[in-house]
Amino acid sequence: MVSPILELTDINKSFGHVQANKNINLKINKGTIHGIIGENGAGKSTLMSIVFGLYQANSGSIKINGKEINLRSPRDSIINGIGMVHQHFMLVENFTVLENIILGFEGETVFGEKLQKAKEDLEKLCQTYNFNIDLDATISDLSVGFRQRVEILKSLYRGAEILILDEPTGVLTPQEVDELFKILRSLKDEGKTIVLITHKLIEIMDLTSEVSVMRQGEMVGHTKTEDTSKEQLAEMMVGRSVLLRVDKKEIKKGETIFKVNNLSVKDDLDVTRVKDVNLEICSGEILGIAGVTGNGQTELLEALSGIRKVESGSIELFGEKISDQNNFLNPRMLKEKGLAHVPEDRQRMGLISDFKAHENLIFGYHDQEPYSKSAILNNKEITEYSNKVMQEYDVRPNSPNLITSNFSGGNQQKIILSRELNENPKVLLVGQPTRGVDIGAIEFIHQRLIDMRDKGAAILLASVELDEILSLSDRIIVMFDGKIVGEKENKNVTDRELGLLMAGVA
Amino acid sequence: MEFLSDIASLINSTLRISTPLVFAAMAGIFAERSGVIDFSLEGKMLMAAFVAAVGSYYLGNPWLGLLLAIIVCVCLSMLHGFASVTHKGDQVVSCVAINILIIGLTTALAAAWFGQAGLTPTLNEDQRFLEIHLPFADALRDIPVIGTLYSDILSGHYVFVYLAYLSVPLVFWIVFKTSFGLRLRAVGENPSAVDTAGINVFTMRYKALAINGVLIAFAGAHLSTAVNANFFREMSAGRGYLALAAMIFGKWHPKTALIACLLFGFTDALQIRLQGVELPAIGEIPVQLIQALPYILTVVLLAGFVGKAIAPNAIGQPYIKER
Repeated sequence: MVSPILELTDINKSFGHVQANKNINLKINKGTIHGIIGENGAGKSTLMSIVFGLYQANSGSIKINGKEINLRSPRDSIINGIGMVHQHFMLVENFTVLENIILGFEGETVFGEKLQKAKEDLEKLCQTYNFNIDLDATISDLSVGFRQRVEILKSLYRGAEILILDEPTGVLTPQEVDELFKILRSLKDEGKTIVLITHKLIEIMDLTSEVSVMRQGEMVGHTKTEDTSKEQLAEMMVGRSVLLRVDKKEIKKGETIFKVNNLSVKDDLDVTRVKDVNLEICSGEILGIAGVTGNGQTELLEALSGIRKVESGSIELFGEKISDQNNFLNPRMLKEKGLAHVPEDRQRMGLISDFKAHENLIFGYHDQEPYSKSAILNNKEITEYSNKVMQEYDVRPNSPNLITSNFSGGNQQKIILSRELNENPKVLLVGQPTRGVDIGAIEFIHQRLIDMRDKGAAILLASVELDEILSLSDRIIVMFDGKIVGEKENKNVTDRELGLLMAGVA
Repeated sequence: MEFLSDIASLINSTLRISTPLVFAAMAGIFAERSGVIDFSLEGKMLMAAFVAAVGSYYLGNPWLGLLLAIIVCVCLSMLHGFASVTHKGDQVVSCVAINILIIGLTTALAAAWFGQAGLTPTLNEDQRFLEIHLPFADALRDIPVIGTLYSDILSGHYVFVYLAYLSVPLVFWIVFKTSFGLRLRAVGENPSAVDTAGINVFTMRYKALAINGVLIAFAGAHLSTAVNANFFREMSAGRGYLALAAMIFGKWHPKTALIACLLFGFTDALQIRLQGVELPAIGEIPVQLIQALPYILTVVLLAGFVGKAIAPNAIGQPYIKER
């Protein structure tokens, strides 16, 4: 029998007290696309970073083509034919494509002949795989999709036989995902081995022939993709059965309570990021904002929630003007008027990570009774309240005195959500509610948002996850380059249609 | 004719005064391009001046003094690296510590060895660098323009002056035309990209700091064994900071940093020249104001007069490999 191209035996890795990988065994066969699926924090990326030589395992062995190898640095892995495309691209932004690719493998001290040869070789590679990359382009001028191709090209140029891709589709539009999958399939046909790390079940079903599932640092199963189903994989990932679809009642639309007129907003570098945006949200409605990261959603949400100055235009709440270029209400006043905000960057804006959970749970209400009296915090009340609310929102572990950064992403998000939903807001602004959140918590968070909607709140949901937008929203707008480029009722609209709008081509 | 010779002597002193700035700015480029802030140029320059003067005094040869200064400066750079690269300490704090340490150390050692706080004995002609007169300088002096250019501007400088201006194209070549330069720039922009390309980030930063130490030693030796014949207290007089400003103003590029250094050198040369001179319509400018010129210029230039300076992306951030 042919030995697998990559074989891991009993890999263990811990960071401090956290054991990220426990006795991992994995076999990957040559010429296959092998999926590794698991929730955020399941240890997939750690495992692959070990294979790539970036981290060193505490114990265990790695074999390539049946031969045991010792990977002390990425150089060892690259020499052994392993390439990796990281989730956050490992590119120097102000370098050219060529410079990025040869970095570390220049082959000469002073640039000259070898540089020319590299250029020729790369042009040939580009032709073979139909990459269409200008080698002299600067990375910062390239779209995300192209940067990813540069990463793939980099690995191929360095002689990768096994290509590991870590969550490659997170930042791509559906069309770009199609292109990527096409590339990966053609690489497979060339005899390359692909390892796809993802938390998206649909990608596993679409692309892979074999799949391994990880949960909490352990490998919980291997199977052929054709022998399994999305539901089965989800259950393996989470450890219990999960509802992949959101149950949503028919919309009971009320009157318009939140209105944005001709809004423009600039970012910190004085670049206009939101351009002349108009929108309205009715009570009992979820308005989804779809778009690739960085098309003005962040700045829009910040302006609406009173953290960023409005450049021009106005915002109305219950028919009353709350912000324009001259004055705006601060988040606290907005909160009193019934507007709540779940910020997209949980760590930076939603929480104070070094505070204890109970402190974050009451933050913003800390100066109100019963949590404090005459400027002194009432710890008994706070703890009682925290215990109650953490149970209600199923925050695990249920310990109000634990430092917030020790909770997982999903549980941190639940802490924010419970705080923001506490006062039954009339308008709820939500950014990326499930970024870095595990499937179990996603289900819970989605259900909470739907409940709010059914209770008559107007919800604005910005998310880069199209599935999330499609399953929750009643109406969808698409942002591209700061402008609203399309608005659709969420009936019969497909992710393809939205994808074209998101790419700014429709 | 007198006007011409005035200009010539102004350019001559500009070249001389800019010399330590050029060395320091080039040293700064290596450190900062690799992602390590170097505020300690000032301290290292001072230390180099001290070591060069003392070394040359005892060993009787200024080249040996320079060699010692290089060794000591490289060690100081390594210390900075140990604190801020290996142990991921705050780079600015590490630099400030080095600067303060050296102000005290030089003064104290001079007091202990020579009985005078912050002063080393005067070096004789064998113990210091002398001005180099280029061949035929005297013979060509009387030829108009070319003579002035050759004899009054190009000739008659200390060896460091020539080395400083030769170092600029060399630094440019290393940073932009070699694979070492590519890695250097990459490690200051995105160390993760360098790490995943199989290059050791820490080794790269230490190499950059070593070069930094060598270059800054030249600046110090120039001060104490060429322009002056001894070391005196705080003789670097803020030149390290000025060079840092020139480097930032030059956007971390050797060529533009050179121009900035020359500009600072020129204002300094000008202020020396202007002291006590009656200017038409203005009269005599107070000495204090004139002396403040280079510093005022620094503030104005850095306050955005030349547009936004974009630093290497990863500057000031220790590289943390595992989360």
